[in-house]
Amino acid sequence: MSLAGSPALRRYSRHLLIPEVGLAGQERLAAARVLVVGSGGLGSPVLQYLAAAGVGRIGVMDDDTVDETNLQRQTIFTTGDVGRAKAASAAEHLRALNPYVAVDAIPVRFTAANARELVRLYDLVVDCTDRFSTRYLVNDACVLEGKPDIYASIFRFDGQVSVFGAPGGPCYRCLYPEAPPAGSVPTCAEGGVLGVLGGIVGALQANEALKLLLRIGEPLVGRLLLVDALGGRTREIAYERDPACALCGDAPTIRDVRASDEDDEAPLDGEIEPSELDAALANAQLLDVREPHEVVLGIVDGALHVPASELEARLHELDSARQYVVACRVGAKSRWAVQRLRDAGFLRVRHLRGGLLAYAASRPEFEFF
Amino acid sequence: MVRVRAFARMRELLESGSFELELPAGATLVELWEALRARNRAIDALASSTRIARNGRVAALLNVRLEAGDEIALLPPVGGG
Repeated sequence: MSLAGSPALRRYSRHLLIPEVGLAGQERLAAARVLVVGSGGLGSPVLQYLAAAGVGRIGVMDDDTVDETNLQRQTIFTTGDVGRAKAASAAEHLRALNPYVAVDAIPVRFTAANARELVRLYDLVVDCTDRFSTRYLVNDACVLEGKPDIYASIFRFDGQVSVFGAPGGPCYRCLYPEAPPAGSVPTCAEGGVLGVLGGIVGALQANEALKLLLRIGEPLVGRLLLVDALGGRTREIAYERDPACALCGDAPTIRDVRASDEDDEAPLDGEIEPSELDAALANAQLLDVREPHEVVLGIVDGALHVPASELEARLHELDSARQYVVACRVGAKSRWAVQRLRDAGFLRVRHLRGGLLAYAASRPEFEFF
Repeated sequence: MVRVRAFARMRELLESGSFELELPAGATLVELWEALRARNRAIDALASSTRIARNGRVAALLNVRLEAGDEIALLPPVGGG
């Protein structure tokens, strides 16, 4: 794509001054197509920097709507966007930021059904999702389609960045073969995240994407960059392609994206929907397993509070003959707690799907967030 | 004596991001995990998913005998975005 004589050229003058970029590099960016999966804490800076840098076509994929609790870190959105579809809203901001880039707003979830087809349309994919299941889908689709997957993830003060699926390089499954058991690792919705961490880590992620597109520097292939915002430190861990990897190893067993990787929220036995909670509590005790610091986000009258982290030590306080409905904020920690309780012989335990947050969504008088 | 560096959720559960751990001579990761469990049994929830790096490198470590001065990094998966 020739930019010579283009009205966009002036905008990129600080790039053109760098020998490693220059006009040829800027033309590479203008010809590039990047799919960004997720437009949240990581996606915001990634999208903004890729659009500002002049990446010619950007896919913004997100099936969510903007919530007020997103604004603490998702800087692509403004207060007036609350309630709007994220993909459309982010696309609008990107077009305003740089009218010379084409933006595809894709307001659907990345699933096994659309993964490979979408990945094929772009040169590389930036994984800015917030759930393990989608991360595996992105990785698998990228490896199978031969496209690099620029990975980053964040939690509280910690971030990880790496590049998967580069020619000869390792993939996500070489590092973490399978998704962790549901509920064992808290998400940002559950555990929180320092807003600026998405900015720090997302900017590193955008940097990796730009380096690959420009074919300059040393991409984070086979290197996991760890960001510790609390300590103000970064560290690098080397890892290699695993010959036994189920996806990119010498005898792969995963030959296509799998719908089973789509949803790590498969229903538990004895699960109840938020709308069924009031009726269920007529003859069951609500067991609130949120951590003590989460209680500030809403108090549930009549609940028995045993934080998940203390559950093992406090099992003796519970009565295995009694019926419990186990709940936490978003329904992940409570899943783990239900499994633990059942292993310990509590057979009359039920689980509140979606957690107290889902329950609160249907009960405006219940102050909870 | 090995130096343990714990990240993300493991740092929280072990209540420190960097500490020294006394292990018996010839210890493997099995003994290391047992010693870490003594600090907080809740790390078991992450046992199957945490990758462990030795001296800055992730590798198949299950039968490797750790040496004095080794730096062991505990890398639980991080999923948020």
